[in-house]
Amino acid sequence: MWEYTDKVKEHFLNPRNVGAIENADGVGEVGSLACGDALTLYFKLDGDGRIQDAKFLTFGCASAIASSSALTEMIIGKTLEEAEKITNEDIADFLGDLPKEKMHCSVMGKEALDKAIAHYRGEAARAPDGNIVCECFGITDREIEKTIREHRLTSIEDVTGYLKAGGGCGKCHDNIQQIMDHVFGQPVSIQPQAKKMTNIQKIRLIEETLEREIKPALHQDGGDIELVDVDGVRVMVKLRGTCAGCSAAQVTLKNVVEAKLRELVTTDLVVEEVRA
Amino acid sequence: MKTVYVDNNATTQAAPEVVDAMLPFFTERYGNASSMHSFGGGLIVDIRRARARVADLIGARPDEILFTSGGTESDATAIHAALQSNPGKRHIVTTRVEHPAIKNLFEQYGQNGYRVTVVPVDGQGRLDQETLLKSLDDDTAIVSIMWANNETGVINPMDDLAREIRSRGILFHTDAVQAVGKLPIDVGRTKVDLLSMSAHKFHGPKGIGALYIRKGTKFKPLVVGGHQEAGRRAGTENVPGIVGMGKACELAGQHLEDVGTRVRRLRDKLEQSLLRAVPRSMANGGQSDRLPNTSSIAFEYVEGEAILLLMNEHGICASSGSACTSGSLEPSHVLRAMGVPFTAAHGSIRYSLSHYTTEEEVDFIIAKMPPIIERLRQMSPFWKQAMEQAKAQA
Repeated sequence: MWEYTDKVKEHFLNPRNVGAIENADGVGEVGSLACGDALTLYFKLDGDGRIQDAKFLTFGCASAIASSSALTEMIIGKTLEEAEKITNEDIADFLGDLPKEKMHCSVMGKEALDKAIAHYRGEAARAPDGNIVCECFGITDREIEKTIREHRLTSIEDVTGYLKAGGGCGKCHDNIQQIMDHVFGQPVSIQPQAKKMTNIQKIRLIEETLEREIKPALHQDGGDIELVDVDGVRVMVKLRGTCAGCSAAQVTLKNVVEAKLRELVTTDLVVEEVRA
Repeated sequence: MKTVYVDNNATTQAAPEVVDAMLPFFTERYGNASSMHSFGGGLIVDIRRARARVADLIGARPDEILFTSGGTESDATAIHAALQSNPGKRHIVTTRVEHPAIKNLFEQYGQNGYRVTVVPVDGQGRLDQETLLKSLDDDTAIVSIMWANNETGVINPMDDLAREIRSRGILFHTDAVQAVGKLPIDVGRTKVDLLSMSAHKFHGPKGIGALYIRKGTKFKPLVVGGHQEAGRRAGTENVPGIVGMGKACELAGQHLEDVGTRVRRLRDKLEQSLLRAVPRSMANGGQSDRLPNTSSIAFEYVEGEAILLLMNEHGICASSGSACTSGSLEPSHVLRAMGVPFTAAHGSIRYSLSHYTTEEEVDFIIAKMPPIIERLRQMSPFWKQAMEQAKAQA
């Protein structure tokens, strides 16, 4: 059982500002069902540009709900300029601290706030910077490096606590360690050189990887994938079953399929969807 | 606040009779069973009696029972013994829904050069027997399949599996930690070679378990040192634990009928009432043959840790297949192996009853659960989406 502070428990048991705001000025959505937590933050401004009302809907654990509730209390009455200065640490502090493993709940709050403000200002949502390292939760090397620097994280468990990165299958642990070594100036182990492959070898390896690594995962959610062609570094695939037309399919294609192929075949592959 | 304990697949309360039986072995009779003096050496008689009671519960002979520290050690001992005794064979087989004691052990053997086949299950948690049997060959050293699953309670067809696997000359181990004490087990009928059990899952003490080793099975010890347990497991005998496990086995035999009838009825009442009262809920593995005490219910669009903590406010103890309650961030590998979608896996709660569960407790849970789920759903953005979709379709 987690050791939550009384304030976390109190905000979980009696969350403030639950619900949606119709015609909100700013809306920020983060997380997903697959990840196990998600938050939608709404705010409405008054005539002076201050946050008059804020509400949230959260799917997640006690600390996710408490962080969301805390966030709404913290931003009400603030201007957007004031609100955007709030950090995830401020949210954790407001709650009297969060367990290390649950810091990502406060990070999620901060991200939702940023997104809601960007939404109000009409800014396009920023695409994630860098290359995906943690495929399970779609976390990039840039994000990991930034978080390690900001919070002086020294273990993979800490990185997982803050970002979730590395908390799924665990395959990216070596990569996270390398980023940490790099940040703290320790020797970086040298990646083995990729072998040169013939085209046939490459196509076979792509097929094998799809069969072994990707299809079983898609089948679990009722989807499927089919290799159509390989042209140089372009891998053309068709999505089937529930994957076809699924709004998350593009994300899966890049974050899971492409990342997996890059990991196991060659690092320069680009996956493209061919529509039927 | 009264505790309503329905987490008996995690652990159980030690029966009062078990505690009474153990106490003298901490105080007046604290000797070492390996000693030459009768103060210590005389304890062999108590150990022998306990061993006979353990053997009785599963239809084994006393000399086929090896005491260990629990289910995990029994599993590790069984697989170690099988591989050490068959050094030429490099293929091992298990399933996707095993307890971590087997799952992580097999992963480790996989990293150490063994070929590992992990057999899938269907949406109801039923084993894909065709894939299993096809994977077996002359190189296969051992197959390990749990008797019953700890999360869903789904029972494997052990008689058939044992017949098929052993007819190919392959060793068959089962992690029966969840089955012993809840189902009648007779190794005379179900011909497994090795069977793991753990006392604290059926009202015995923690820290003691046993491995059944069919007579004639080749064996190599995992823990070496002294000559205890006929040289098969070194270390001073845990006499209070052994005596407690013996007593727990005796009681479990007497309570099997209650678990199979009254407890089953309570489980069914709990499950059916909750499924009726809570929309968008389902029983994981509900169409399979299951342990009579276990019900895993998925409440869609809410998260398990939050459910458990609200249950905790009423003193109700259960567990969840959610990611947030475990060290990992992924939901239960068992539910994912069954293809339970993320919408449901994160919000799955396991209720596991026991001989000590009362109807009053079940009624209390039935009353408290629906408002808890409703409250969390009112906070969930996915519930809002799902309701809007349903409205649009209607």
